[in-house]
Amino acid sequence: MSNWALIIYCGIITYLTRFTMIALVKKEMFSDRMREVLSFVPSAIFPAIIFPAILINDLGLFQIDNNPKIIAAIIATVIGIFTRSIIATIFSGLVSYWLLIFVI
Amino acid sequence: MHSKFKIFLKGIIDVSPLMIPVIPFGLIFGVLAIDVGFTPVQTIGMSLIVFGGASQIVLLQLFSGGASSLVIISSVGAVNSRHLLYGAVVSEHLSDLKLIWKIVISYFLIDQAFAISNQYFKKTKERNKYFHLVGGGATCWIIWQSTTLLGIILGSAIPEKLGLSFAVPLTFLALLVNDFRKFTNVIVIVVSGLVATFGYNFIPFKAYIIVAALTGLFTAMILTRKVNAK
Repeated sequence: MSNWALIIYCGIITYLTRFTMIALVKKEMFSDRMREVLSFVPSAIFPAIIFPAILINDLGLFQIDNNPKIIAAIIATVIGIFTRSIIATIFSGLVSYWLLIFVI
Repeated sequence: MHSKFKIFLKGIIDVSPLMIPVIPFGLIFGVLAIDVGFTPVQTIGMSLIVFGGASQIVLLQLFSGGASSLVIISSVGAVNSRHLLYGAVVSEHLSDLKLIWKIVISYFLIDQAFAISNQYFKKTKERNKYFHLVGGGATCWIIWQSTTLLGIILGSAIPEKLGLSFAVPLTFLALLVNDFRKFTNVIVIVVSGLVATFGYNFIPFKAYIIVAALTGLFTAMILTRKVNAK
């Protein structure tokens, strides 16, 4: 398969993941119970991206020792809990990560 | 008309903080794509056609590892299957729209725009609220395309040691700031995170994201049922 064909197929499948539900789900299908469960979608998806990116290294191995990303992520989380600010969370995480890898 | 534009602007403003980590993310993608053998035009084409950061990085990883096209396409589909859940969540607010608008908005249903517009949709009764999602999505679109281009141009001039890849999990972490104080959410977060981490190497086709997400949702379903029964 050529690179272009690969890109286009990936584009089509990605677009379908976005369009399908918007096209198919109707307002009447929503119950309070369903709304309640769906309100957990961010909490259910984002950690699946966060945790492996922090805990698994470039070699695909689980790494807890000597891993500045874990400490920086904890600092960012604590800052996030107290400030509830997206910007403060991102900055505190990046700055503490850089301090950990460049200074300490 | 005025209110449409105002809502569009609000979408841009709300999504802006989330664009900071997208900048290094786009740069990394541009650099990496050239590195593994895509032409500059193909790289830009990928950002335009797929327009999904995480899945584009997965595509590159598998491509450079020599995976077959079928494996690459299904992995991209699995990583992006989370959009099915986003679509289900926002569809309630978009169901009155004409089909053409649904087709357009679907292109912009990305993580960041979903996260901020979902919060906005819950609070507003505005009829034209969907412009918020378009504003957020379009902002991200511009940043993603321009940083992809910049990454292609700058190439290896960007030092790998900056650890810019850490910006990606950090964005998603920041999107959860409002959920850290809620007990049920914290449990869902931990369950999903652990399933993803331990499934990372075992669940085929990079499907660990959707498997972890569904496990998390299932956990939420059980936990909230218990609370309601009291």
